[in-house]
Order: sequence, then structure tokens, then C-alpha cells
Amino acid sequence: MDALVRELQRAVGSRYVLSRPQELLVYEYDGAVERALPGVVAVPGTAAQAAQVVAIARRHGLPVVPRGAGTGLSGGAIPIHGGVLMPMTRLNRVLEIDPLERMAIVEPGVVNIDISKAAEPYGLRYAPDPSSQKACTIGGNVAENAGGPHCLAYGVTTNHVMGMEIVLADGTLAWVGGRNHELPGYDLRGVLIGSEGTLAVTTKVAVRLQPVPEAVTTILAIFQDEDDASAAVTAIVGAGIVPAAIEMMDRLTIQAVEPAIHAGYPADAGAVLLVEVEGLREPVAEESEEVQQVCYRHGATEVRVADDPTLRERLWAGRKTALGALGRLAPNYYLLDGVVPRTKILEALRRIREISGEYALPIANVFHAGDGNLHPCILFDERMPGQTQRSREAGGAVLRTCIDLGGALSGEHGVGLEKQEYMELSFSEADMDAMARLNPAFGAGDTFNPGKVFPTGASCVELLQHPAIARLGVDAFV
Amino acid sequence: MAVGDTAAGVARGKVLATGFIGPDAPREEDLYKCVHCGLCLNACPTYVETGLETESPRGRIALMKAVFEGRAGVEPGVTEHWDLCIQCRACEAACPSGVPYGRLIEQAQAQMRPRRRGVLGRFVAWLAYAQILPSPRRMRAVSAALRLYQRSGLRALVRASRVLRLVRPLAEAEASLPDLSRPAFRASGQVYPAQGETRYRVGLLSGCVMPIFHGPTMEAAVRVLTRNGCEVHVPAAQGCCGSLNLHGGDLDGGRAMARRNIDAFLDAGVDVVISASAGCGATMKESADLFRDDPAYAAKAARFGAMTRDITEFLASLPLDPPRAGTPGRVTYQDSCHLVHAQRLSAPPRALMAAVPGLELVEMEHSDRCCGAGGSYQITQREMSGQLRAHKLEEAAATGAATIATANPGCMVQFALGAREAGLDVRVCHVVDLLDEAYRREGA
Ligand SMILES: Cc1cc2nc3c(=O)[nH]c(=O)nc-3n(C[C@H](O)[C@H](O)[C@H](O)COP(=O)(O)OP(=O)(O)OC[C@H]3O[C@@H](n4cnc5c(N)ncnc54)[C@H](O)[C@@H]3O)c2cc1C
Ligand code: SF4
Ligand code: SF4
Repeated sequence: MDALVRELQRAVGSRYVLSRPQELLVYEYDGAVERALPGVVAVPGTAAQAAQVVAIARRHGLPVVPRGAGTGLSGGAIPIHGGVLMPMTRLNRVLEIDPLERMAIVEPGVVNIDISKAAEPYGLRYAPDPSSQKACTIGGNVAENAGGPHCLAYGVTTNHVMGMEIVLADGTLAWVGGRNHELPGYDLRGVLIGSEGTLAVTTKVAVRLQPVPEAVTTILAIFQDEDDASAAVTAIVGAGIVPAAIEMMDRLTIQAVEPAIHAGYPADAGAVLLVEVEGLREPVAEESEEVQQVCYRHGATEVRVADDPTLRERLWAGRKTALGALGRLAPNYYLLDGVVPRTKILEALRRIREISGEYALPIANVFHAGDGNLHPCILFDERMPGQTQRSREAGGAVLRTCIDLGGALSGEHGVGLEKQEYMELSFSEADMDAMARLNPAFGAGDTFNPGKVFPTGASCVELLQHPAIARLGVDAFV
Repeated sequence: MAVGDTAAGVARGKVLATGFIGPDAPREEDLYKCVHCGLCLNACPTYVETGLETESPRGRIALMKAVFEGRAGVEPGVTEHWDLCIQCRACEAACPSGVPYGRLIEQAQAQMRPRRRGVLGRFVAWLAYAQILPSPRRMRAVSAALRLYQRSGLRALVRASRVLRLVRPLAEAEASLPDLSRPAFRASGQVYPAQGETRYRVGLLSGCVMPIFHGPTMEAAVRVLTRNGCEVHVPAAQGCCGSLNLHGGDLDGGRAMARRNIDAFLDAGVDVVISASAGCGATMKESADLFRDDPAYAAKAARFGAMTRDITEFLASLPLDPPRAGTPGRVTYQDSCHLVHAQRLSAPPRALMAAVPGLELVEMEHSDRCCGAGGSYQITQREMSGQLRAHKLEEAAATGAATIATANPGCMVQFALGAREAGLDVRVCHVVDLLDEAYRREGA
């Protein structure tokens, strides 16, 4: 261990290697439930240093777990097998903006919203906007193929990333994809996006930028009843309107958000919808009118419209901080990411209510309604015996419901650690096998983020014998 | 049990034996409000500077939880990360979960105090917190000595002698001293009558540092307030508000000083208590929480807190008598942390500047990111403080403004030092100075 620490210190500087047990404690978590301590943390300042860290770890036979800001919601950055945790947060420079080609090259630790800020002087922006956009890194977005409210109209990360520089398991640096989408050959870029740091470490990202729309209108519709709001979502989409975003928050979420943000949501509201339309001025005005009509027809008690940036931001603030605000209701949440067909939202929410009753745990819903990407959020208190386990079971029941309704396990947060056991609900053995072949193709072995996405052959018993688990006790993992 | 064992051997969420002691410990209900979502990370200047979770709000809270749960102690590996916190409270403003970070870090600091090693450090802390800050008279004596040093040619001698080079911390502390040649302000129970009809009776906090380092700003505050219908009382019985002690973890000392001011202002029979120092105002507004376990003072503290206003907040809430003359020129504004984050006030200072004819406010990037002043932080964390200061000055300079306005004495000192370091010819002042100048030009 000492030799390892010394080598890492030489590579990245001693300030940026953490090995004291207390300091490892702050790298045992991300935004989700699972935890595990890394063996050592090394924070590179350049791509070359990142490559060196990989080479050093490999020489010592230890895995490397890349990490962004640690806002992930599926335990992706949790080093369950210990090893070297490598936060990419110091690689945070915007290297180039090309307003003519409408693209930028950025380092992986650049925070999502900072790309749009850097592009703003050119009238451009980076479209995918996870609700965590003020904190999460583009490297983490690429690894999780992150989405966001506005991905309804613009698509998720993979539609906006054209190429990456990566470190392979043997420590070499290579580019996949390039400065635009039209490149001959295999689309390795597409393979790596969403691979959750299991195949390579991203050290640069070429992203597409889009013009900031001429007009944007945000509509907040308040409903007495969750079912009415769900029906309105279906009706808006059914009317042929394609808003940039349709987001929904339920009663419990409103109760948490309002004291935090004072967005002006009525305390007794059953649900609110946030709809955003954007584009050229005239069609935006028409669509906004239409959306308001649909909402009223489906029982909205009040509809507010904002087109100036400050007011719009106020309306959005409630949504973008909703998850954090749930901390006002309970010290822990287990956030799910299941997807259901848009027409099944109503039914899914009903079943989630039943599950909540069955497991005696409150479940708040705040989600991307436009594309049926639910975010049921199970509230619990890890200090209460049995609650952590119960929340996991309730989570399983919710995910099964999504699959039963014809949906998927994860819309945007990735499989990570927590949804592995449900993978077989969605994929056949042959499907899984096809995916597993990628690992040897990249020569990754157990080098990068082992134990994520799907258990890499390790049986449960082998896992239990792992030193990290032996040290922390099974309780910390199951 | 060795530290290594505690850190690794205990599963989360289970409290073995808490490592905190005494009544002023971080409270469980505050700690577990943090759901480690990370939304505060980028608001934190030390995280942005280092990229390290150990130097982030979420990390600092995780360390507090770890001590609470008995997985770590108040020990090296923990305390230096709490110490590097500037207490700017940007994280608190960014946190949707309502984690009262300012309170938590003060309580964590209080846990560190009795365990601090180093005789010299303890002596300096005792001197500052227990002997000098509480006494306006001693504050004045110290400043008189420093003034003598600056004026008598001793400074030139010392600077020439290179003595300071041997002790860098001393050199930087020396360089950061503001110009003390300006007249000091003194609280002696004086009452300044309102110009025209008396519409408000206000008490003005004089405090510790403001009257000595920024006497002219205090005079300006009085003029602006009286001009706007205020009868201004400056109770003689007041002193330092106690916030520096509180930030340093000396909660009992800080409370003693706060009690004195609560009594002084409640006895003065004023309607409003005004602070021109954002840091003091923030502490005063939070008096109720500070005294929540003190039955004798709880009610008085709550009343005092509710009466407190920042000077920009108060003026912007009035039908302000707009200046008829202007201060032409380009100004950039640094949001003082304890105004924008602790008191959540960003509009009032800007509204006041907008009322000055000819004043062009050009926003700098990250105007709400801390400048690294943070009370004693400038001295105790020289490196980080200097880094933040250098970035700030770059951002301020990029606006092309000839004046940097802010709302807190610490920020003014930090910016003045930064400007000197960067060889920038800018003026640093309080927002109230700008308003006062405009009024004073009216006659001309
Ligand atoms: C309040 C809140 C709201 C959220 N809202 C959304 C949302 O609307 N949409 C959405 O999609 N997600 C959302 N998320 C989840 C999360 O923010 C995203 O998954 C984000 O992409 C994670 O980025 P990160 O930088 O925090 O990565 P981390 O959590 O640190 O890591 C995530 C994964 O990426 C890998 N990784 C990180 N950097 C690299 C790299 N440079 N190279 C290779 N692998 C890497 C890690 O190994 C890990 O597997 C939300 C989270 C929170 C806390
Ligand atoms: S302090 Fe608040 S914003 Fe920061 S991680 Fe904790 S809950 Fe989230
Ligand atoms: S108070 Fe400021 S420096 Fe301290 S953790 Fe919060 S944001 Fe960071």
C-alpha cells in the first residue's frame, strides 16, 4: 500500500492523494444509498496523469473507479471492490468552443451547466440538462447517458456527444468519435456512452452545442388530483404538441419543495405540471395557449405562465431542487428511475401508491412525465432498523411494476450497483452475454469499476469474501 | 481503538459512541438533513479551488456525521478540513434540504477548541477572542499602536530591514492591515437627529473592526440614514457583536458579547437595529437560535434578531430620497457572503446603486463567490485565502470598473490587499459610501 501511495503521489502530487481513513470516509458515498470505502483516492490534474494512475493501479493489481461529482443515483461511483478511486473533478477546463461548428471540447470534470455558461456569449447552449446540472460533471453524464427535463425534445447525452478521448485499461490514451457525428467505422463512442465507467475513463469530451431558442415559455399548471395531471400529460402529447419539457411533481414533493424554494405552489395541491415550450416566437405563443387550454380541460385549478427568465427560473427552481428538498421529509431516499409508456403513467402511479402502503414507506414522485420516466422516491431513515432493507424491497416492487407495464428499469441514472439484480427482467441471457463481450474487447478485465452494470461473473460468495465487504460487513451492501 | 479501526469497522447510520462532547455539539437533526445530493458542491469556493470532496460542504458534513456516529474522532484527517472552510455559507443557500450549515460548522469549531494543540495558537486565540475583541477600549489601544507603527516610519524601517521576509505569515498580516490614518468612529451614546421629519428611530451597530478600520464609512452611514429621516442612536454600552468568537468556536464568549449588545440596543428604545457590516448583521439576526437554551435571554434575543436590518436592506425598503447628483463611473459589486448567503440579500445593495445617477454597475463573474476574507481566515489559511483573492481581483478587473463596492469590512480589507498585490488602481468601498458621496455632491 505504501509503495502504491508513493507512486500515486509522484504521479498527481501528494496534495491530491488521500489515504487517511478519515478522508476516505468522504468518498464512500454518492447521491444514492450504497456505500463502500475506497482503498486510496487519487485526483489527477491532467489526462496524462489519469493515464498514469490507471497504469499504476494496474501494476498493483487494483481496480480503478472513475468518479465525477458523485451525484449519481445508482451507486456507479461506489468502489465496492476498494482499489483506487479517481475523481475527475480537477480536469475542469473548457478547452475550446467553436461557434461555427457549434461544438465544444471540454474536460470531463466540467460541470454540466458550465458548458452552457461558456457557450452563452455565442448564443449557444448544451441541451441535456439533468436536474443535478449545477453539480454533476459531463464525464458522469457521458458514463450514465444522462437525461434531463429538456431531453423530451432534444434527446439524451448520446445525441449530443460526438467524441471522447479515453484512457484504456493499459494506460493508453485514444480518441473515439470526433468533432462531428459523421465518422466512418464502428461507433465506439455510442458503445462507451452509458457504460458507467466500466470500459474506459473519459478524459475529454466533444459536445454539440445548439442555438439558444428565440422564445421560451414556462407553464405551471396546478391540479387537485394526480390522476388529472397524468391525463393532461397524455392529452398534451396526444394533441401533437412537442414541448421541450413536461415535468410532474406530486403532493408529497410539493410539501417538501415549497418551504425550501417558495415557488408559490399551493400547499394543498395534489400535483403540479411544469411544461416548457420553446422555439420561434409565434409558434411558441400558439403552443403555450394550447397547453393552457388542455390543462384547464383536464381540471387544472390554476395555470401560471412565465416568459421572462427570472420568473421562469423561479418556476423551475422548485423542480430542480426537488430531490434535495426531500431531505426535509426524511434523512434518506431511494430514488428509482423506471420508465413506463406515457399512456401508463396513471396506472403506474396508482400501483406505486399501493406499494407505498404495503411497505409502509412514503413514496414521493417527481419525474419527467413527457417521456414516462418516473422517479419514485422512497423515503426512509437508515437509522431505523429494517427500513433500508424495506426500501430496497419496495424499490424492487416498483421496478417490477414498470417492466410489467411494458417499460424499462432505468431511463437515465444507469444500472450501477443497485439495479443489477433486475437486469434479467429486461434482458435475456443472450442479450446479457452480448453485452458482456464488450469487456474483453476493450481489454478492460477488472480494471475499471468492477461489479457495476451486471455482476462480472463474480458469484455472491466471492463477493462476500472480498476484503472491502469483509471489512465493512455485509450489512453495508445488501 | 485505533483510528483506522473506527473509520473502517463500523457500518453507517449506527451510533457507537459519539465523538462530540458538551451542549454545543452539532445536532443530530441538523446532520441528517443532509441527503448527500451534492447540489451544494459547486457553490463552495474551497471545493471549486481544489476539486476535493474533503474540502466540500458535503464532505465536511460527512465528517461531522462520522464523528457523531463514532466512526472518526475530532482528530487530524478531520479537523483540517473543517478549518479550511471559510464559513461563507454559500452551501447553505444552495442546499434545498435546508441543512443549517453555518450553525453546524460553528458547533464543529467549538468541538475543536478544547482539543487544539499548540501553545502559541491557543495564546493568540485567547488574546484575540477573550481579551481584545470584547473590549472597544483595547481594540482602540491596539489600533493606536498599529497606527503609530504605520505613521512613525517604523513600518518603512521594518519593511526595509527584511525582518518580515523571515516570517511570511507576519509579512502578509502586516500587508493586509488597512490604512489606519483615517479617523476612527466612536460609540459614545450620541444621537444624530434626522434631517427634516423624524420617521424612524434606529440604533447603529458600531462594533469592533468597523469603527477603527472604516471610520469614514460609519460616518457615511450616519449621514445617509439621517438624510432619510432616521434619528440615529449609537449606544455607548455596545461592543463587538461576538460573531468572530462564534465563527472561531468560542460560543460562550460570543454569547457573552451578544448579551451585552442585546441589552444595549433594547435599552436604547429604538425601532430598528442597523448594521453596516454584513457579518455582524447575520449573527445578530440569528440571535434567537444562539440563545434558544437560555431562558433569561431567549425572548430578548428573538426580539433583537427581528429588529436587526442590514443597512442596505433597510435603506432599500424606504421610500429613499434619491440623490440628485451622481457618482459617475463604472462600479462592480462583490456580494458579501454574509449578506447574500446568510441573509439572502442580493437585490437591496444593487437597488441602492441603481439610485445613484450616472453609476454604471457592471457585474463581475461569480460575484457571489467568497473572496476568502472570512475573519481570521486571511491569517490562518493564508494560501487558500490568497488564491481566492487573486481570482477575485482578476474577475473584478475584467469588468473594467474603477470602483469595487461591497458590504462588509472583511471584504473591503481583502479587496484592498488584493488590489495592492495585483498593482491595480481601483478604489474599494462600501455601497453606503457611494450613496453618501452622491448626496454630498448635490451642493457642488
Ligand atoms: C438532485 C439530483 C437530480 C438528478 N437529476 C437527474 C436527471 O434529471 N437526469 C439524469 O440523468 N440524472 C440525474 N441525476 C443523477 C446524476 O446527477 C447523473 O447520473 C450524473 O450524470 C452523474 O454525474 P456525476 O459527475 O455526479 O458522476 P458520478 O456520480 O461521480 O459517477 C457516475 C458514474 O460515472 C462514472 N464516471 C464519472 N466520471 C467518469 C469519467 N470521466 N470517465 C468514466 N466514467 C466516469 C462513474 O464511474 C460512475 O459509474 C440526479 C442526481 C441528483 C442528486
Ligand atoms: S448540504 Fe444540502 S445540498 Fe449539500 S449534499 Fe447535503 S443536502 Fe445536498
Ligand atoms: S461555508 Fe463556504 S467554504 Fe464552508 S463548506 Fe460552505 S460553501 Fe464551502
